[in-house]
Amino acid sequence: MTELAISARALSKRFGDVIAVDGVDLQIPTGQIYGFLGPNGSGKTTLIRMLCGLLTPSGGEVRVLGLEIPAQAETLRRKIGYMTQKFSLYDDLTVAENMQFMARVHGLSHRGAALRIEELLERYALSSMRQRFAGAMSGGQRQRLALAVATLHAPTLLFLDEPTSAVDPENRRDFWEKLFDLSDAGTTILVSTHYMDEAERCHQLAILETGHMRNQGTPQALLAQLQDRVVEIAGDHLRQVKERALRLPQVQSAAQQGVRLRVLLRAGTEDAAGYLRAHLEDRDLKLSNAQPSLEDVFVASTSGGKHLPVHSVASAPSPPRNSSSCHAIA
Amino acid sequence: MIVMIPLMQLLLFGYAITTVVRNIPIAVVDNSGSAVARAITEQVRVTQVVDITHYYATAVEAERAIVAGTVRAALIFPENLAQRAAGGEPVGQWLVDGSDTMVSAALLGLRSMPLHLEAGVPAGAYQAASPSFEVALFFNPERRSEVNIVPGLTAIILTMTLTLFTAVSLVREREHGNLELLITTPIRPLELMVGKLVPYIFVGIIQITIILGLGQLVFNVPFQGKLLNLAAVTLPFIAANLSLGLLFSTLATTQMQAMQLTFFFMLPSILLSGFMFPYDAMPQAAQYIAEVLPATHFMRLIRGVFLRGAHAGQLLPDILWLLGFTAVMLAIATKRFRKSLD
Ligand SMILES: Nc1ncnc2c1ncn2[C@@H]1O[C@H](COP(=O)(O)OP(=O)(O)OP(=O)(O)O)[C@@H](O)[C@H]1O
Ligand SMILES: [Mg+2]
Repeated sequence: MTELAISARALSKRFGDVIAVDGVDLQIPTGQIYGFLGPNGSGKTTLIRMLCGLLTPSGGEVRVLGLEIPAQAETLRRKIGYMTQKFSLYDDLTVAENMQFMARVHGLSHRGAALRIEELLERYALSSMRQRFAGAMSGGQRQRLALAVATLHAPTLLFLDEPTSAVDPENRRDFWEKLFDLSDAGTTILVSTHYMDEAERCHQLAILETGHMRNQGTPQALLAQLQDRVVEIAGDHLRQVKERALRLPQVQSAAQQGVRLRVLLRAGTEDAAGYLRAHLEDRDLKLSNAQPSLEDVFVASTSGGKHLPVHSVASAPSPPRNSSSCHAIA
Repeated sequence: MIVMIPLMQLLLFGYAITTVVRNIPIAVVDNSGSAVARAITEQVRVTQVVDITHYYATAVEAERAIVAGTVRAALIFPENLAQRAAGGEPVGQWLVDGSDTMVSAALLGLRSMPLHLEAGVPAGAYQAASPSFEVALFFNPERRSEVNIVPGLTAIILTMTLTLFTAVSLVREREHGNLELLITTPIRPLELMVGKLVPYIFVGIIQITIILGLGQLVFNVPFQGKLLNLAAVTLPFIAANLSLGLLFSTLATTQMQAMQLTFFFMLPSILLSGFMFPYDAMPQAAQYIAEVLPATHFMRLIRGVFLRGAHAGQLLPDILWLLGFTAVMLAIATKRFRKSLD
């Protein structure tokens, strides 16, 4: 497991004035499910395209499966599967036709293709809709078809770009079951997402923002960094409390979640609850240390921009209210 | 772009298009070998209506040249030319490819031209009273313009539709996102290009069958040739248009741009190819431009095969040109097509 499926050094991509990816270092071990977590426009798609050899990096070095990219991209193409963010199969072909077409493109033999297609139709519960036009399928069915096609030629490395946007939580869980099956069979999977529940399932995570890698590690390690920095406040007039909390220099973010206010404090804050109790000066509030969630990790990693002044940072991307474990940081 | 293109086209077409037909390529067959024949030939030449490009020994050879499209007409002088001249009879016979009515009208205008003959012949014997020449109109004796237009239309319609089909093909896939997936597979650019092209060959065959079929049924345009020859000239033209469309598809980034490129190309194909105005009447520079267009070559081919019953073998240069054009366009398109999103 020490072997690296992907390694990148100082990888950058510029589109005119826009720097989409800026000096990203990546080390992705073989056999893992590795997640890219980041808001819209953070460079996830651009990064994946560079790793597939579809975009030429403006700077940096990439090796994927031991191949120099983009120079050896053509060799790499036989070994990878790519599920694009936008559904990219043919709407006006049926499920079976799409699969047959892609099997031919990948150079599968006639017999081999037929067997493989049957197997995949079965595995991804598409058998009953083999004659359905891809354009007439639901979001979840389409994603299953796209995954089936991406794995047609049994690639050793899979790139999945936001594979579960437009999929309900139930189907998303099923989808991830399939990913774990693939991973158990030895496939390395790189998946981008903005869902926290998906990020939690990855073996390792990279948190991206405006083209920068903000944080990286196993979900557990990332959570451990945040220990003792999340405080939950219960009480009345939480909106005003939030206003006041956000004005405190050590507070990084505050978000109301139902009847509680969740406050994230900056790194290096000693006794977070004590600090808040001392500064909020409100006896009716109940404060308690809380278990950090990945969402806190995300907020802590992304809103801590070094170049931003303290106050505007504090009020920056406050996570949506009524958050459950599966909402989008959009 | 918005100013330059209309300006360029205005100048080009304004300069190139003329309905006054001149310099029609013809052959002369002189069976008399006389000085009188040479004198008449010279007088025909100075009218500038014709350009004498070939001399043949026999009328049969001249007819073959007309069928092959090498010349539009042949002027045949009889053995007993001096005798006929003295008797005031027509001094020669014009064999005319009548398919293009504009060309045949110009040649018919020569029928009664006044001739000034040498020694012994009364000057002015050939005035309006009796025609100087006999004229035999081949292929379209009734001088109906449909005869020429219907086969020519195939060139225009095929250019318009086929070029457009492939011009938008790759661009549409790029816009729909299909291409991003396709180029992540081991597919080779040439495979992709040929794959895009082949299905439309059948579309082209269906189109040409409909146009020519209806042309015969509705407009009574006689089909003089063989189906095999028709196929031999049509397939290279279909391929030429499709490969040009593919090149457009690699140049354009949106479907709109692909369409604009196609239309930019359409106008000269209609105006300069010989479809509306005779090729021979255009100035040299315009002819050079016309030579580049597949429609010009196909115009010659389809009229040759369909109206004059020519064999593909007689029209080989135009067929080879279309095949070469296809190969070059396909090569450039393939080379331009990168399996990347840069
Ligand atoms: N072809 C392009 N030309 C110019 N700018 C681009 C291009 N592709 C991406 N960008 C820019 O690069 C940045 C990163 O885009 P990218 O698509 O990689 O983000 P993302 O993380 O995939 O976002 P999302 O979650 O919305 O899919 C954006 O600011 C985007 O506008
Ligand atoms: Mg994206």
